[in-house]
Parts: sequence; structure tokens; C-alpha cells
Amino acid sequence: MSNTTQDLSLDPHGAHGHGAHDNPHLGEQFEDIAQQYDTYTVGMWAFIVQEVMFFGGVFAAYAIYRYKYLEAFSYAHLELDVFWGTVNTFVLLFSSFTMALGVRAAMLQARKAQIGFFLATILFACVFMGVKYVEYSAKFDHGLIPGHNFTLYTEHLNEVREKHPHVAEAVEKNPALVPQMELFFGFYFAMTGLHGLHVLIGIIVIGALVIRAWINKNKPLDYMPVEMVGLYWHLVDIVWIFLFPLLYLVGGH
Amino acid sequence: MSAAENQMETQAHHEKVNYINVRTTLLSWLVTLDHKRIGILYLLTVSFFFLIGGLAASLVRMELVSPKGDLLESDTYNKMFTTHGVMMIFFFLIPSIPAVFGNFLLPLMIGARDVAFPRLNLLSWYMVAGGGLLALAALIMGGVDTGWTFYTPYSSSFAKTQVALTVVGIFIAGFGSIFTGINFLVTIHKMRAPGMTWFRLPLFVWAMYATSLIMVLGTPVVAITLLLVAVERLLGLGIFDPARGGDPILFQHLFWFYSHPAVYIMILPSMGVVSEVISAFSKRRIFAYHFVAFSSLAIAIIGFLVWGHHMFSTGQSMYLGVVFSFITFLVAVPSAIKVFNWLTTLYKGRIELTAPMMYGLGFIGLFTIGGVTGLHLAAMATNVHLTDTYFVVAHFHYVMVGGAIMGYMAALHFWWPKMTGRMYPESWAKLSAMIIFIGFNVTFMPQFILGYMGMPRRYHSYNEEWQVLNVLSTAGSSVMGLGYILPLGYLLWSLKYGKIAPQNPWNARGLEWEIVDAIPHPHNFETIPIVTQEAYDYEHWHPNKPAQQPVIVGGGKS
Ligand SMILES: [Cu+2]
Repeated sequence: MSNTTQDLSLDPHGAHGHGAHDNPHLGEQFEDIAQQYDTYTVGMWAFIVQEVMFFGGVFAAYAIYRYKYLEAFSYAHLELDVFWGTVNTFVLLFSSFTMALGVRAAMLQARKAQIGFFLATILFACVFMGVKYVEYSAKFDHGLIPGHNFTLYTEHLNEVREKHPHVAEAVEKNPALVPQMELFFGFYFAMTGLHGLHVLIGIIVIGALVIRAWINKNKPLDYMPVEMVGLYWHLVDIVWIFLFPLLYLVGGH
Repeated sequence: MSAAENQMETQAHHEKVNYINVRTTLLSWLVTLDHKRIGILYLLTVSFFFLIGGLAASLVRMELVSPKGDLLESDTYNKMFTTHGVMMIFFFLIPSIPAVFGNFLLPLMIGARDVAFPRLNLLSWYMVAGGGLLALAALIMGGVDTGWTFYTPYSSSFAKTQVALTVVGIFIAGFGSIFTGINFLVTIHKMRAPGMTWFRLPLFVWAMYATSLIMVLGTPVVAITLLLVAVERLLGLGIFDPARGGDPILFQHLFWFYSHPAVYIMILPSMGVVSEVISAFSKRRIFAYHFVAFSSLAIAIIGFLVWGHHMFSTGQSMYLGVVFSFITFLVAVPSAIKVFNWLTTLYKGRIELTAPMMYGLGFIGLFTIGGVTGLHLAAMATNVHLTDTYFVVAHFHYVMVGGAIMGYMAALHFWWPKMTGRMYPESWAKLSAMIIFIGFNVTFMPQFILGYMGMPRRYHSYNEEWQVLNVLSTAGSSVMGLGYILPLGYLLWSLKYGKIAPQNPWNARGLEWEIVDAIPHPHNFETIPIVTQEAYDYEHWHPNKPAQQPVIVGGGKS
């Protein structure tokens, strides 16, 4: 990163002092702000690698069961709401856009724009969670809760017959499909739940950035935390970009 | 300069400021961001968990004195070996060398003021300690009986014990370990002093790098796996439950994907320690530095591709088994490279048989036995005969106790003067090294034979013809126990009565010996050093002269 020092020279306190510890944002363990910048960036990327492995475990398990129970999984995914899923995809993509604009505003020390874009990001994140709430409660109503109330394909098979007659027929012929479909919804809740938890954490840390910018109105702010949270938020977005097609879109091919 | 630093400067006229005396309240330790203090916190924590795990082990060995299950009921016995495994593996071995010595030494060795993220470092300690306390709470509330492996369906459909709480404890400690890994990786990449190039790094640092890679890439997988088990227990998701379409074997795949590499989290740091100790007490440059460094990375990477050797008898595809078996044999190559290079380093060296050196040499012998018996288990045909017998138990204890803990003891003695400013009593330390070595072999050598004869692990009773060897094993474990209690005594004694340690008691090479104070300053270095030479430059060493004047020229930036 050859241009890091340039970016950081936007910080009025950092760039011109010769003594290493003149900059109030420089940690004691670092020699200069460029080293600190690099260190935080590498650290955040290592954290992202860790997150990929964390989600990777459950993605691998999903892939294995999808391969094993292809028929059941392709029937079960029909109960997911592609409309709301698509809406949420766009909502998250827009939130990543506003996040990027917020990061840029922070880089330019444009305080008001920064607060505005971060609030917009939080708003989109809340909309995402709201849509998830709508989807989850629909699953509750339809009896699609694995382990507690999974009755759609047994007691309420007629509801299925109205929309997807071939599914109802297949289930009647082979009731062994039902526990496999239950497994699909197990994965659905585990994966989207874990992702939702990351969205919630995102809302909290972006909120913290807003409060920080609000309180320190007239002081120059350390840019680093903003960059880190930005990276985190894009990770949350990307996980969804994989979740959405895997759960909502791909059928039995 | 802050006020605190000014105050420290005035103090320096009376007594030299070091990381221990700079502040003395309990609170100052609990909120410290100093990597050296955090290392000491870990030392206390893992010693405590070692004690708990050791107590459980002694109950297990006592039960096995007689063939009838008369001391402990089978349920209690199951809980005891589970406690032993969980405490020793997750809360002693995995944090031991990386968290204690990695924390203490890494910044000193590479010429940095601290690790990259001191706050995260402190948080990691709270997570490991807190996770351990949760697991301990689970133990008090009735214990766990699944074995440290938490195999489904023992841990899911059929569990009647405190599985969920223990798993949550391990999950939290696991993230502590991930954060430590991230911290070390970034520290090694970005915090090296000017001139400290990759190939001037001490081999302990290379070992820490490889270990951190495993922590960051492997631990998240076991975290999500244990989370899925907890979710299965609490919410009724059937991912590992055959009654609901799940597959319990999938748990084993995911679990061993982490837990085989985790073995290398335990052994690689010890290898790093041994590289330091062997070269310091042979006063020779380590033979074939590059090979030793890269073999650490090779072990870390190949280690991710062998997990199926724990599952030869689960009905996995035979062809898969062949591949796993072959790759497992491959790991032996970098391990052997290390052993041969240590031996070659000893050749024509000026060997000083100090206590850390004795532990280091003990490591080489015991680790080699552990490694070679690993090949018996890696070969599919012998594996079927030996699966789940005491042969396996003996094998991994040779690696983890004979290997990892010997390395830990070597490190503890080697760097004790730097950590505490006091010398430990040498003859007592040598005595304890001998006792541990003998006790260890008497404990576990018979278990190879027992396993070969077919004695299965994890039962509280056994056939009468196996009693003699079991009594021998228990007797050995008592001797070994004594060997571990001795250091507890003399190391604590040395804190008050030990000889004051000089800056470089071993005439060893390395920044931590040559330019760091006898007890390190809170900020480690007055000025960040500029490194001009490789590690292990013992060529100019003479017996009557302290190590050559620094390798290092002062005058950093700050
Ligand atoms: Cu293994």
C-alpha cells in the first residue's frame, strides 16, 4: 500500500510531526501511522478469513446434504419467498453502497455526510432485519419450524397441494422426504440466523461510529475504525450474496 | 511524553523500572495491555487448568489399578476422562506455549514494543479464562461424559450431561484462540524491527506463525461445528441426528478438520522452543535454518489434509482412506526433517546439559517415539486392529505430553530468568526433568503393549491378565505427578530466594537476551533496534567471553 501515507495526511495531526507519538491516534506499540494503518488492515483481513472459515463449515454441511437429499431440498426451497429474498438482496447491496460513501466521507473528514451515510446504512440494515422478521413469522404460521412445529408437509399437506401439486404428490408417495425437508429448514434458519446475527452486530458497530462522529464534532477523528467497520459490512453483504442463491434460487439441478 | 512516563523516569533513579514493578495493584494486572503481563496471566490460568486436568487423570489411573470397576462407577469414570481431556486439551495444551510464551516473547524476539492489538490480546485472555471457568462450572454441575471429542450422538441425542455449557465454554475460548492467532500473524507480518527480515527471525517465531495459521483457519470450523451441536441440543435441529435425516459422521469430519491440525497447535510451538534451546545449549547455529522454518509451515498446511485418519473404521470410502493414509505419512517428512536437523545441530556442539536442555532432548526422544507410532496408526491395516485401544492413548500422550509438555517445561525453565528476574535452582530442575522423563515412560510404554493386546480405551474395567501392566502404568503416573509438583515448589521458591538473574544467563543469541533488560522494561526497548545479522550467530562464541557484542546496532526512530 504505497499511498497509505497520502490518505492519512488528510488527518491534520498525523502527517507533519516528526516524533512518532505526536499523533493522538497512534498506538504506543507503533512507530508511525503508516505502520498502524497496515497493521489494522492486515488484521481485519485475517479476521475476514476467519469468518469465511466459520461460515465455510456450515456451507460445507449444507452442500453435503443438498447433494445427498437433492429432491427434498429442491422441493423445500419452493417454500422460501423469492420476492422478499430479492428485496433483501437489493437492500443489502444499497447498504453496502451507502457504507462505501460513508467511508469516503470519513476519509475526507466530512462529518455531516459521514453521519448521514452511516444512518442510511443502519436504516437499510433495519429494513433487512424487518423483512427477515416477516419471512420468519410466515414460516412459523405455515408450520415450517424444524424440531418444534414442522407440520406443513404432514397435517397441512393440502396447502402445499394448492401451490405445488407435484411436491404434495411426491411427499405422499415417499414420506421419508419430510425429515429431509425439515433438515433444509434447519439449515435455512441456522445460516440466515447466523447471518442475521452478523447484521445485528453491524448495526451496533455502525451505530458506535455515528455516536463517535456526533460527540467529537470539532475534533479530527481517527479514520481507521471506519475502514475496519466498512470491510466488515461488505463481508456481511457478501455472505448474503452466497446465501441468497443457494437457499432461495437453485432448484434440483 | 505522558505523565506516567515521566514518573517512570524519576523512579528509575531508585530502582530499575521493569514490567513487574511498574505497577503493583491487582487491578493493574487485570486491565494490563502489556503482552508480557498478559503472558504471565496466561501462565497462572493454564497452570490452574493443568492442575484440574491432572487431578482427573490421577483418578482415572487410580481406578485402573484393579481390573474391576470398583473405585469409580462407569458414569463417574466417563466424566473423569472427559474432564481430563477437555481441561488438558482446550484449556492447557492449546493455549499453553502460544499464549504464555508466544505472548511474552514474540514482541521481544522481533523487536517490537507490543503485539499488534494489545486490547484484543487482553480480551483473548478473558475469553480463554472465562471459557475455562464455564467448562469448570459444567463440571461442578454434574460433568460431561462424552469424551473430549463430543462425538454425536453421545453429545446430542443421547446426552444427559452438561454438554451444552461445556461446548459454550470451549466455543468462547476458541474465539479467544482465534484472536490470539490473528494478533500473532499480524504482529509477525507488520511489527518486525528494521532489518529483522523473515530469515533472521528466530525459529520460535516461525513456529508461532505456523501455529497462528492453524488457529485462524481451523478453529472457526470447530466453533461452527460445536455451535451446531449446541443448536441441535437446544433448538432441536437435526443436522447430526440420523433420526431426522442428519449424519453423525459429518460431525467427525468437521471436528477432525480442526482437531487434527489442533495437534499441531500443541506440538509446533514446542518444536519452536526446542530449536531455540538446542542451539543455545550447543552454542551452534541451527543446522539448515530454512528447512526447519519451512517444515513448520509444511506441517501446518499438510496437517489440514489428513483428518480422515481418525475415521478409518467409520465406513468412509476405502479410496478416501488410502488418500488420507498417504498424506498422513507425508506429514512425517517435515517432522523428521526437524528431528534430523536438531541432531545435526548437536553434532560437534558445546553441549551444556542444563535443565531446559534436558527437557529439550527429552522432547526429541519422546516426540520421535510418538511420531513413529503414529505411522502404525496411519497405516490402514494396523489401524483397524489398534483403533480405540490403549495404543492410541499411548501414541498421542507421547506426542502431547512427551512432546508438547516437555517443550513447555523447557520453555518455562529457559525463559524463567527473563520472566521473573530470578534463576531457578538448577539441580532441583534437573532432578524433576529426570523424574518426569522416567515417570512418563513407565506410564505410557506399557499402554502401547496393552493396546496391542487389545485393551480398549474409555472403560473403567478390563480383563484380569492386563492388570500388571496397568499397575505399572499407574505407578509411573505417580512418579510423573511428583515430577510436576517439584517445579511448582522450586519455581515459586525461586521467586523470592533464587539467584538474581543476569541479562543473558545462557550466553544465548536473540534480541530478548542480548538487548532486553534482565527483567524487560514495560516498553521492551529503549529504542527500536536495527537488526543487522541472522539469528543463531554462535560462530564467534568463546567459553570465557560473553556473547559477542551485539549483533544489533541501536538507534531506531522514536
Ligand atoms: Cu490426526
